[in-house]
Amino acid sequence: MRYAETGFNLEVDLSQGSVKRVPTDPKLTELHLGGQGTAARILWDRVPPETDPLSPDNLLIFSTGLLHGTPVPGANRTSVSTFSPLTGLYVNSLMGGWFGPELKFAGYDKIIISGEAPGLVYLYINNDRVEIRDASHLQGKGCQETATLLQKELKEPKLQVAAIGLAGENRVFQATIEHANSSASRHGVGAVMGAKRLKAIAVRGTKDVYVARAAELWKTCRGKYQEIYDNKNCGDPMAHDHNESFHVDNFAWGNARTRRKDYWNKEREEQWVGLWKEVRSRDSGCYNCPKDCHYTISYPGRHTYFLKCFNKLTYSMAAFEEIDFNYNILGLTSAYGMDGFSTPQVLAFAVELYEAGILTNEDLPDFPADGAARFFYLLDKVVRREGIGDVLADGVYRAARRIGKGAEEYDHNTTKKVEQVPLKLGVVNYPFFLMYCTGEKMNITQIEGSFPQAPIADPEKRRKFVENWSAAPERFKKWLLEWEPRKHMPIEASVNVCDWNEAMHYVDDAIGTCAWLSSFRGQFGGSPPYHLFNLPEIIALAAGIELDSDGLLEVSRRNRNLVRALNIRRGLRRDVEKPPEDHWKIRDPEMEQKHLDAYYEFKGWTNDGVPTRETLDRLKLEFVSEEFIRRGILTAGGGEETAAERA
Amino acid sequence: MSDQSKKKIVREIKVDLDKCIGCRACEVACSGFHASPKYSSFNPSRSRIRVVQDLVNDVYVPLRAGEYTAAECTGRQTFKIHGKQYSECNFCPASCPSRELFKEPDSGLPLKCDMCADEKMPMCVEVCRPGALTYEEREEERADEEPALGEVETGLKSLVHKYGAQKVMDTIARLSQND
Repeated sequence: MRYAETGFNLEVDLSQGSVKRVPTDPKLTELHLGGQGTAARILWDRVPPETDPLSPDNLLIFSTGLLHGTPVPGANRTSVSTFSPLTGLYVNSLMGGWFGPELKFAGYDKIIISGEAPGLVYLYINNDRVEIRDASHLQGKGCQETATLLQKELKEPKLQVAAIGLAGENRVFQATIEHANSSASRHGVGAVMGAKRLKAIAVRGTKDVYVARAAELWKTCRGKYQEIYDNKNCGDPMAHDHNESFHVDNFAWGNARTRRKDYWNKEREEQWVGLWKEVRSRDSGCYNCPKDCHYTISYPGRHTYFLKCFNKLTYSMAAFEEIDFNYNILGLTSAYGMDGFSTPQVLAFAVELYEAGILTNEDLPDFPADGAARFFYLLDKVVRREGIGDVLADGVYRAARRIGKGAEEYDHNTTKKVEQVPLKLGVVNYPFFLMYCTGEKMNITQIEGSFPQAPIADPEKRRKFVENWSAAPERFKKWLLEWEPRKHMPIEASVNVCDWNEAMHYVDDAIGTCAWLSSFRGQFGGSPPYHLFNLPEIIALAAGIELDSDGLLEVSRRNRNLVRALNIRRGLRRDVEKPPEDHWKIRDPEMEQKHLDAYYEFKGWTNDGVPTRETLDRLKLEFVSEEFIRRGILTAGGGEETAAERA
Repeated sequence: MSDQSKKKIVREIKVDLDKCIGCRACEVACSGFHASPKYSSFNPSRSRIRVVQDLVNDVYVPLRAGEYTAAECTGRQTFKIHGKQYSECNFCPASCPSRELFKEPDSGLPLKCDMCADEKMPMCVEVCRPGALTYEEREEERADEEPALGEVETGLKSLVHKYGAQKVMDTIARLSQND
């Protein structure tokens, strides 16, 4: 009997038009737990590094987390793992909602999609019945509309749908995969789905998911509903806070350029709340979680859509417009299926190039004068890959190089070809420096999260924080207690902080728990409902896999190194591990490189950022070290200079 | 007729539609509670409470499974409540041939809510922290359950009118033998 997981993957070859239900190896679950861990293993085994992300040979994998379908509250984030056309590297993009649990109830832990369909299709999964169906009638339809149409067509109101819109169909690199109130938005996963000509996946499942130790697991979960509901430090507090000053006064407007420190005021708050009351129809949650982090927006003339987090502001801030514009354009981008982080930056970048005379009226015929109209104009070009839109749809980094004429200078906010959060700060913060440099997600919100971002100035508050900080291993308590304002922590501390922050995300991404209940939320208030010290027991009770905190960390490290190895095999090295040049005004290159050396050393990587044979073998990733040696990435004798030796 | 009355405890789940966030924790808890052994498996489609949900039209109705019915209603009523359209099926608890709701997925047998009799309150209510579901027990005065002869007579008259006295008498005779 398999607990928590179903023990089967669904293999779909869109070129052949075939579907297969394939049993999985329980040993792989013990090694990687599930989610992106096992997905990374499949990508390692089956997608050679020279594979073009948009080619039929790339795999697109939808993974449930190990705890999906169990009663563990907040285990509902589905991983979409593939190789990204934007970065050329591995991407793991996550979405909440109900999709993963439904897939598990249908009897599958993963959907592994290969090939390319001859025409637009959708995949219909109803328990054991799986069909690849014609989707020509859905061509060009919005993501949310597609879901509704499929529910009607298949007469299944409880169908869960993940769909691409026009952006995905046209292989735009900002394209998302939208599902209900959520979306997998990072690094062009929607473009990969579009390249496979897969418009949507519709899932219905009515099977059981079994758990190992029923009574004990329920006892634990039963208490979690109230705990999570009451815990003000988890979920998305900003979803219910009308004071937007944190974002609008501190983050940079336009093409990540201008800080408007006094933008927020009472009058503006009143206006914004007034509009919010008009357009918001409900706060909504995800499967089996009492937090209501999403809300439903009905904007006149737009299809109903769902909003969460910073998306509420990104378009307004990029275009220097008021909030009404954001609600309005999100109605379009949600239907098109476009990422709310990178898209506004791409559009703002184009506006800057136009104002600098690099893009001209020839590139942008009849380009309007005002900010909002310009964004609508550019969005239309990008989503259709029309004219200059075809260039911009490749993202800021690639577009800058295709346009040339000095456009590269305006690409100032990308790391590893990914548009970063528009944030420009004063003095370098070393844990963040390391996270920006080395994070395989290339998106800071999915790397940071367990350790506070800045020192706590008031010693009394600091002491209190540490006292109640049951999520933290002891050494972090000491480092936080000793961290004074305007001081840097010791190098060892910064390295450990980066490692712990990312480690918790790798845990979430394997078991399917939401980062807002764990890996992202410890930094604010220090009381995430899930952490290193209670998750091992929860995993044991649900899945029957005995683990302690060290064991869980080891799985997390194994998955982290395997993901690293996927990128190393595709050419990632130290030379691209750097934050946007102007992320901090005051930098210290020598000290920064010392930190990077120390981090690589801590990780057991070479001076070039490659996991050593010893590190890989210790983590039972011998198949990686063997291939690294075969490919000449590592030498058999291990003669590479390690970061430790260099230091 | 007797004017005696009896007291009866009514166990009631109150539903505030505006507070439902669609998380379906109620379904999770219910399906676990009714699994055998308890909480050993989870499957919302076995749950005796389902959230009838239409995200786009903002319809969120947690609905408790009631009686089985062999035939679906003749025709439907729809309601417009604060601008939102609801079908009467949105509020109907029946396990009914017109829909999949409240049927065991394997056997198709009807499911019925038992209010988690041995718990302090139904589990769906306990896990609904946003407060869409709340629980109340109250005492209600009930008229003595003496058969209301007047009503029986009215019913019989209508049957006699429809089928004729002989058929009705034959049926009653047959039913009494079965007893």
